[in-house]
Amino acid sequence: MSRETMEYDVVIVGGGPSGLATAIRLKQLNSELNICLLEKASEIGAHILSGNVFETRALDELIPGWKELDTPIKTKVTKEKFLFLGKNKSLSWPTWLLPAVQKNHKNYIISLANLCRWLAEQAEALGVEIFPGFPASEILYNDDGSVKGVATQDMGLDKEGIKKDSYEPGIDLIGKVTVFAEGCRGHLGKQLINKFELDKGKDPQQYGIGFKEIWEIDEKNHEEGMVMHTAGWPLDKNTYGGSFIYHAENKQVFLGYVIGLDYKNPHLSPFDEFQRFKTHPAIRKIIEGGKRISYGARALIEGGFQSLPKMFMPGALLVGCDAGTLNMPKIKGSHTAMKSGIIAAETIDEHFKLKKDLSIFEEKFKNSWVYDELYKARNVKPSFSWGLILGIIFTGIDQILFRGRMPFTLKHKHADHETLKPANEMPKIEYPKPDNIITFDKTSSVYLTGTNHADNQPVHLKLKDPNLPISYTLEKFDEPAQRYCPVGVYEVQNENNVQKFVINSQNCIHCKTCDIKEPSQNITWVTPEGGGGPKYGNM
Amino acid sequence: MKILVAVKRVIDYNVQIRVKEDNTGVVTDNVKMSTNPPDDNAIEEAVKIKEAGKATEVVAVSIGEEKAQETVRKALAVGADRGILVKTDGIIEPLAVSKLLQKIVEKEKPDLVFMGKQAIDDDCNQTGQMLSALLNWPQATFASKIEIKDGKLEVTREIDEGLETIEINVPAIVTCDLRLNEPRYASLPNIMKAKKKPIEQLNASDLGVDITPRIEQIKVEEPPKRKAGIKVSSVAELVQKLKNEAKVI
Repeated sequence: MSRETMEYDVVIVGGGPSGLATAIRLKQLNSELNICLLEKASEIGAHILSGNVFETRALDELIPGWKELDTPIKTKVTKEKFLFLGKNKSLSWPTWLLPAVQKNHKNYIISLANLCRWLAEQAEALGVEIFPGFPASEILYNDDGSVKGVATQDMGLDKEGIKKDSYEPGIDLIGKVTVFAEGCRGHLGKQLINKFELDKGKDPQQYGIGFKEIWEIDEKNHEEGMVMHTAGWPLDKNTYGGSFIYHAENKQVFLGYVIGLDYKNPHLSPFDEFQRFKTHPAIRKIIEGGKRISYGARALIEGGFQSLPKMFMPGALLVGCDAGTLNMPKIKGSHTAMKSGIIAAETIDEHFKLKKDLSIFEEKFKNSWVYDELYKARNVKPSFSWGLILGIIFTGIDQILFRGRMPFTLKHKHADHETLKPANEMPKIEYPKPDNIITFDKTSSVYLTGTNHADNQPVHLKLKDPNLPISYTLEKFDEPAQRYCPVGVYEVQNENNVQKFVINSQNCIHCKTCDIKEPSQNITWVTPEGGGGPKYGNM
Repeated sequence: MKILVAVKRVIDYNVQIRVKEDNTGVVTDNVKMSTNPPDDNAIEEAVKIKEAGKATEVVAVSIGEEKAQETVRKALAVGADRGILVKTDGIIEPLAVSKLLQKIVEKEKPDLVFMGKQAIDDDCNQTGQMLSALLNWPQATFASKIEIKDGKLEVTREIDEGLETIEINVPAIVTCDLRLNEPRYASLPNIMKAKKKPIEQLNASDLGVDITPRIEQIKVEEPPKRKAGIKVSSVAELVQKLKNEAKVI
């Protein structure tokens, strides 16, 4: 059966902050444009997970009158804290000693998922056609090698890839320009970066895994507008990471933990570090007596300036964290993602009206405040490869004294999949058992994500070599997929003394960590049937 | 033959339901909503009958808040010809829904009315039956197979004893089971086309029906948490515990 074709001026892949900002700006510049936006989640926002302390700079430019509208941006940051955690103690760092990038008094505590839902309403009102539940699974190319558009996923295939009665073929969506805005480690963005060598001459990309839980807490512990971050325990000094605790509206607290995926010990379990973190007296006292109502996890990009690939190619642009515009020391990426989308829209508008090449994106980007931000932030993350203490001292000098203008640029030396040491050389970590009050296991957590994939469909986590997990990765690294996956997709089971690698792909929450951290890059994440994956509410 | 299909907007079946803190209901803000699953089967069956040339028009109707329009739109995307949205606010009980549907039936004059056997939010399983009584039409509930034979319906129903096949006269009400068929996916071009199909909007208050709730809701609570199980080492211990601790034997 041949696939149907639909033609648009611009096809946008991904309904996060960057894709939606692109769509809105394009329509503002030229209301005649036909724009379609694809989203793999069952609705806009359902795959969005972020802290989120929101800097409004890009939104101020995109929708200047937003404060007069009924937006989900309501909770202004009123108070800030930074704690260093020891095992039982905590040391409060004076906020006046925080670098300017970590001050949040002008920012808001928001749910990025809700902001995206609101942005989608604005985009639809401008005439953008938004299609949730349709993952772009394949890039289409013209004969000259330029990007032609994308194809959506076929629906109704069984486990073996055979057509079921409900089979519905994907559609070819042709765009004069295609904008890829899939977020961190987009599976098409990854292919484009390889094909067009967009990362040539750049440092290897760096990632982290971020966890988030929403808690409804006791009124007496809740301080709406309070933003708190921690570093230190339970991570050792050589593992990069920290927590956030944001007191949002309705007695809710957004509680999260981010761990750099350049960690070395294969016995480390990011999920269990996060759970253990909550047992610290300084954290426990906030959530004790409360109730966990949401859970989720998502990989994020930390490479910044040094790792940022070229964002244009023939026929297409790569925006937001599909490229990697997150500002790590600021712990924010929504405003930079949106700004990159705005720049993409302005580029495309000139491309159409003035016949300019898409490569003008680069210059526009360089002249923008995003570039300036990312440039000044560039040395922070690599300095933490020297350990927490040296990292903090260097960051203090770099960010407070030099304001990010040191005359050199530190390099990211390794890709995250290269950093694991053999299991027998690294200490095993004993994690405490969950108490089901403050700490939980993966099974009860995955339940809260609402994730589901229609059963009897092809497994969307592909192994290049199906024997490798048992024959190599298990022996050398004690198969770390069992631990880095935040929802327990990967298991090693023992059946009659034969070890078996099991992939519970229906539990996948599309975080992409396996695609990043697998030491041999043996796992590839591809799009499952549309609408699958988590159903996040106000994450 | 014209088929009217009733569809309801409910919390998506994958979402973990959360009770509001004041025990007045469940949280629906920022929660993914979808079509009630057996209503999807009802639409699918109606569209299949139309595709087989045995029906001329499929009309989808939903009763609820403004956003229930999405549910009607979804039905249009999988093959319904046009939609009706009856707007109401607040809790609306099966009796009120049945009365509103009765008005729609009187207006539209369909030969068949299909709907899901029950909604997954309130689990009432009453609307089809009440509508049948109000209209004085025959009904076939829990349909897992529907065949149209000489202007009559042969319906297979899933019951405790097995499968029961009945024959009913048309016009009729049929409530659909999940095993009736496998609902199709809405394709992108069909979603586009659905945006252009008409949806008639009505206000429940204009239909002259008393829809005030007859049931007073006292409170909504989460089910009690299940206690963790224990492992016993022998049959004797199990028997002893069942006798002395659980006191069930």
